[in-house]
Amino acid sequence: MGFLDIKQATKSYGAVQVLHETDISIEEGEFLVLVGPSGCGKSTLLNMIAGLENITSGEIAIRGKSMNGVKPADRNIAMVFQSYALYPNMTVSGNISFGMEMHGIEKSEREKRISQVSDLLQIKHLLDRKPGQLSGGQRQRVAMGRALVREPDVFLFDEPLSNLDAKLRVDMRTEIKKLHQKLGTTIVYVTHDQIEALTLSTRIAVMFGGYVQQLGTPKEIYDNPANMFVAGFMGSPSMNLFPAKVVSENGQSAAEVSLANGTKASIPFATEELASDVGRDIILGIRPEAITDRDGADRNSQAVHIVEAPVEVTEPAGSDTFVVSQIGGKDVTGRFRADVAVNAGDTFPFAFNMEKAVAFDPQSENRIA
Amino acid sequence: MSISETANPQGSVVDRLRDALPKIVLSPTVAIVAIFVYGFILFTLYLSFTDSRILPSFGWVGWQNYENLFRIRAWDTAVSNLVIFGLLYIIICCALGLLLAILLDQRIRAEGFIRTIYLYPMALSFIVTGVAWKWFLDPGIGIEAVVQGWGWTSFEFDWIKNREMAIYTIVIAAVWQTSGFVMAMFLAGLRGIDSEMMKAAQIDGASTFALYRRIVIPQLRPAFMSAFVVLAHMAIKSYDLVIALTGGGPGTATELPATFMYSYTFTRNQMGIGAASAVIMLMTIAAIIVPYLWSELREKK
Amino acid sequence: MATTHAKSGNSIGRIVLYTLLVFFCIYYLLPLYVMLVNSLKPLSEITAGGMMALPQEWTIAPWLSAWSSAQVGVEATGLRPYFLNSIIMVVPAVALSTIVGALNGYVLTKWPFRGATILFGLLLFGCFIPFQMVLIPMARMLGLMGLAGSVPGLIFVHFVYGIGFSTLYFRNYYAAFPTELVRAAQIDGAGFFRIFWRILLPSSGPIAVVCIIWQFTNIWNDFLFGASFSDFDSQPMTVALNNLVQSSTGVKEYNVHFAGAIMAALPTLLVYIVAGRYFVRGLMAGSVKG
Repeated sequence: MGFLDIKQATKSYGAVQVLHETDISIEEGEFLVLVGPSGCGKSTLLNMIAGLENITSGEIAIRGKSMNGVKPADRNIAMVFQSYALYPNMTVSGNISFGMEMHGIEKSEREKRISQVSDLLQIKHLLDRKPGQLSGGQRQRVAMGRALVREPDVFLFDEPLSNLDAKLRVDMRTEIKKLHQKLGTTIVYVTHDQIEALTLSTRIAVMFGGYVQQLGTPKEIYDNPANMFVAGFMGSPSMNLFPAKVVSENGQSAAEVSLANGTKASIPFATEELASDVGRDIILGIRPEAITDRDGADRNSQAVHIVEAPVEVTEPAGSDTFVVSQIGGKDVTGRFRADVAVNAGDTFPFAFNMEKAVAFDPQSENRIA
Repeated sequence: MSISETANPQGSVVDRLRDALPKIVLSPTVAIVAIFVYGFILFTLYLSFTDSRILPSFGWVGWQNYENLFRIRAWDTAVSNLVIFGLLYIIICCALGLLLAILLDQRIRAEGFIRTIYLYPMALSFIVTGVAWKWFLDPGIGIEAVVQGWGWTSFEFDWIKNREMAIYTIVIAAVWQTSGFVMAMFLAGLRGIDSEMMKAAQIDGASTFALYRRIVIPQLRPAFMSAFVVLAHMAIKSYDLVIALTGGGPGTATELPATFMYSYTFTRNQMGIGAASAVIMLMTIAAIIVPYLWSELREKK
Repeated sequence: MATTHAKSGNSIGRIVLYTLLVFFCIYYLLPLYVMLVNSLKPLSEITAGGMMALPQEWTIAPWLSAWSSAQVGVEATGLRPYFLNSIIMVVPAVALSTIVGALNGYVLTKWPFRGATILFGLLLFGCFIPFQMVLIPMARMLGLMGLAGSVPGLIFVHFVYGIGFSTLYFRNYYAAFPTELVRAAQIDGAGFFRIFWRILLPSSGPIAVVCIIWQFTNIWNDFLFGASFSDFDSQPMTVALNNLVQSSTGVKEYNVHFAGAIMAALPTLLVYIVAGRYFVRGLMAGSVKG
């Protein structure tokens, strides 16, 4: 039993089931990110934890106590909303103290806590302003202050950074991470931004179509995606996924792929996991940073293989150059060092780090190796 | 996404009461609407099939009131008056409203001031409008007398006293009162049109006239729809203006269904027939309003 | 649509444009002018064909007469008692329907339930029915309630049929009010009424003004209910004005009629001039939903 337990929880609106049987158990102090495209059920799940939406079946428990039917205000949670949801008619300090006031906390205590929180978030100078007079970043801080001051068991964040511009988003991301490290509270955080998920979380639940596709640490999710959806959704640029065939070559299993110039190339696998599957069609998944120029390849890898492939496009991006080649009919992107002299139309050696390659079944889309 | 249903199956009475609070708050309104709108509609509908005269009575007479109604000359007049009045009222209001909206949309000076002048009659009571136009159109002291006083002694403008023409004076006064409102609706529609599309049309070489005819006016369809619905329902309900302006006269020349209903019910003591005429008014309005509300509310979902 | 104006070089077009605009200003202002100037001149000047002219002899006698001594119906009381009736009727009717409308709008948008939209549709349809349909049963109902022919009876009628529009205004306004704020307040521990009172109501100023103006204008200007459900001593202003003008006894005192008409128009006209922006918004919201 964890600190926050989601057991077989589902949600339906009439005949439409938006969340299928979901089990997640969160330990105290964890930072769990629910990530997925819009409509995947992540916000619904968060609202169910908050008690803003009821549970169709199953149970949600905090500290071993069932929360089904418990009012949001009595769950000892706090929530930061996408729009911040600051009460426009109250000052910043009014916003922060409103929840304490509703819970009957004495004025002197309220003022003490407001002062602590505003110190922590450096918003002391804003306390007398109205939300309308604040910038986006300042509103974000106030919204967090309102949540922090409650000293809740669980913090819920609903896409808190998506209304900020790119630069501020990165700053606030760091700040949230610092705050979590400092306070050690349990956080459930919803986002559609996979980078936010990877950078912030201790664990990630990738959701799609009302199902949790994969639950794991950022490294597990990134290196060993459970299926093609997770592989494609997490990471940017996203993982290359292209058709290949398992063949046996010199007693070693390899992936045979077709190149744009009509030739075929076979790339040996790093392991013999697919040795019994010779002849099988697979989808090979390999991240751009595992396809490099020869000298850029990972020196610690035991399984770097060179494929001479025609270059279709090069996209210099400053620190790296992305090089695209057609493999198996798909655009496959490699991440080359910036100063490699490579031009569209060349046939160039691509170094595949097969230690980082994964394989999926084309029908089920699940990972098989 | 309902946020109301945090219902607790094992909750105490207080909890359940608290959960039901939104519905409790709404219930007086539900009761009022159920009784005073729909209950009353059913009651009047029922009366229209009874032999009610000076007071409601419950002797069932079937369709007889409706048969009688359509045999009464005054009802016939009222219906044909409504057709004339309704059509002219809607067409003129829309045409004038559109013209004024386009004029006001030409980046003119003092737009706010002029708009205020065009729209102020809408704040007046139809009774006030009726009184003003009653004497203004009165041949004895009004426009006819004034023009004759200026020396054009053969000038005649006695529509309000003329059985054939009196209904048009109702149109004149009603248009004066409401056309500014229609102007405001169209102006809002015009302001909602994407200005980049207008620029594109100008680059395509459209003249101002072509711009309006081909690009702008077709896009005002929703405004036309709203204007039509509002004007049609106002026309059917028109009562005050007729009472103040002509009292339904001369004779019954400006009788409309609304005045017919009132006089048959309350002064001629033919409540059954009055109820039947009210039912017909309701049906006419429902035929216009229901599809409109349906589409508006369904879009919202 | 800043780009559609005639080119500045096209001065003939501009002259035509402004001529038309001024012409229509005259068209709309003319009846008001007629009312005003004729309420300030002796009757003899009007009957002599001088309706369009400014008064040769300025007088406020017609105003005094209309206010306190003109024959309205059977009594020579002037319009004063009826003006007061209208005020006593309008204020509670507007207040009640606005408060109930605000609560309804709050429930319908922030605490929705199955069938809320249908309920709202039924409510809205009630705004558009021809009130001839409810006159007969309402007369009986007021009798049963002991409110027949009284100002409280009129207050009740206007309250009942005012709920639809006030609900419409607040519902559309609150629909745009962020639901996240309500959720945040729920998590903060505020209950149903507390959320309304502390979170929504403080932001409802503009729509409350729109609603109050609309209800005030409608109820003040009503004639049908006033004529149907009032006695001689509980008539509202519009009914009394009509009686003044239609009374067939004696000489027709046009100047007094005009003065009375302006008196009946003054409150709503004043509201329109002071808060025209809100008046127009209410008009639009009443016709084009959302």
